[in-house]
Amino acid sequence: MARRHILIGGGPGAIAAAEAIRGADDGAEIVLVGADPHGYYSRPGLAYYLTNEMPEERLFPFTPDDVLSLSLNTVTERAVGIDPAAHTVTLESGRQLAYDRLLIATGSRAISARVPGAELDGVVKLDGMDDARDIVRRSRKAKAAVVVGGGITALEIVEGLRARRVHVHYFMRKDRYWGNVLSEAESRIVQQRLLREGVEIHTFTELARILGKDGRVAAVETGDGTRIPCDLVAVAVGVRPQIELAQTAGLECARGVLVDQCLRSSDPDIFAAGDVAEVADPHTGHRVVEVLWSSAVAKGRVAGLNMAEEPAHVYEQGPPLNVTRLAGLYTTIIGTVGSGDDADLEGISRGDSQIWSELRGRAIVEAQRGDAHIRLALGKDTIVGAVVMGDQTISFPLQELIEGRVDVSGIVPALEAPEAPVVEVIDRLWGDWRAGRA
Amino acid sequence: MCAVDWFRQDKAKYANLATAWVTPEPHRCVQCGICSFNCPMGIDVRRHVWRSEPVGDSQCLTCGECVKRCPRGLLRFEPITAAPSARPKTRAR
Repeated sequence: MARRHILIGGGPGAIAAAEAIRGADDGAEIVLVGADPHGYYSRPGLAYYLTNEMPEERLFPFTPDDVLSLSLNTVTERAVGIDPAAHTVTLESGRQLAYDRLLIATGSRAISARVPGAELDGVVKLDGMDDARDIVRRSRKAKAAVVVGGGITALEIVEGLRARRVHVHYFMRKDRYWGNVLSEAESRIVQQRLLREGVEIHTFTELARILGKDGRVAAVETGDGTRIPCDLVAVAVGVRPQIELAQTAGLECARGVLVDQCLRSSDPDIFAAGDVAEVADPHTGHRVVEVLWSSAVAKGRVAGLNMAEEPAHVYEQGPPLNVTRLAGLYTTIIGTVGSGDDADLEGISRGDSQIWSELRGRAIVEAQRGDAHIRLALGKDTIVGAVVMGDQTISFPLQELIEGRVDVSGIVPALEAPEAPVVEVIDRLWGDWRAGRA
Repeated sequence: MCAVDWFRQDKAKYANLATAWVTPEPHRCVQCGICSFNCPMGIDVRRHVWRSEPVGDSQCLTCGECVKRCPRGLLRFEPITAAPSARPKTRAR
């Protein structure tokens, strides 16, 4: 009899799992249960929808034919309960669905502002398609906005609003942007570009309360009592994995759903993937939460294979990688590059990996070479992390050297020399390493 | 742009046409679709990336619009004859 898989969630983790299951088992029944009426779309692509570089309808990677080819049954409804003993999922309507194997890929949700006035009309976030539409709609009439928070999402909102000619006040609790991932020089580069785009940056500024008029946002008050009139307040202080379903089902959870290397939870027939899966890094033993598209896809694929077959496929936590645009500047972040907490964030933000900020006492090489700003975090014999801003020529070689844990001890003196030709040194090592592999 | 620059750019374009195709680094892709949206031939470049395939579509002009527009810089021209090991590594799929 065909095995019945239920996948809760509609993002890249669930879709990758569905593809993996279908690839391994032609006869399996796959039911995708998702509360988002928009279905599967590129959440990171919303940034380009906000900046008007992309129309909304082009954010959907799947056509109806793709869904047909995977033979997916889709149920657009919220799952409200899991009974692991009975192997059933309860939907909001009260309907129950039976499963043989279950995937929880419920993603993460934005943390709300906890200040007086946060409930006013005009306080926005950027979690999904409806939020992006809301920001676009409101930006047509808005003259000024206040953005609080950090990481990639805050800048996506800042840049989206600027592209739509809204004056933006960006509040930072300390003196610089994304202080636990970027260096001082990198934060300065981003901030200078934002200033050039016309963004008004307020450092050492905290949002104390949001003031309303007739139920709508009219102004904000900062910690020192300054009032700034605005029509919009955007909050991007981080996200939290949505673990409520798993918790109430009695599964072991911490910040996410605890899973083993096969992405299996404390119940052998329930798996987790995407932002919600908390998995141990085999190199450090630390349990890691990541809110990255590529990790979600990789986890979904492994979980799907293990659901379709006997769990034997192992998820290998590689150095986390994201390539993004910060204030219009291409930026690649790989591995471990920063440390501590970011005062503007409560925990993790979208497009972020906890591993990025686990740097402890490493040697740092930082250089501006032509149009590229490069920073390398050096381990004993390897490069453990890198940030490349601007020209990305060297980011592919660095990605491979870091993922391959290539011994770089021979080039460390050359890298640490004053005015070191960092790009050339890295490129030569990468070329030699590749030639050695061929 | 001066005539010499134009000539160099055009020459590079035709060299690409004859010898290279657009190759993705899927691990960097978030399926935003800007590549497909900007393709003058309507090729669904994003789908090629999802499948970790170079854009071997006969309609491809190798104009480089998708390479230029990708906000994550994951598309590039690679020689058609390159061995698979010389292509960017794929991990996610």
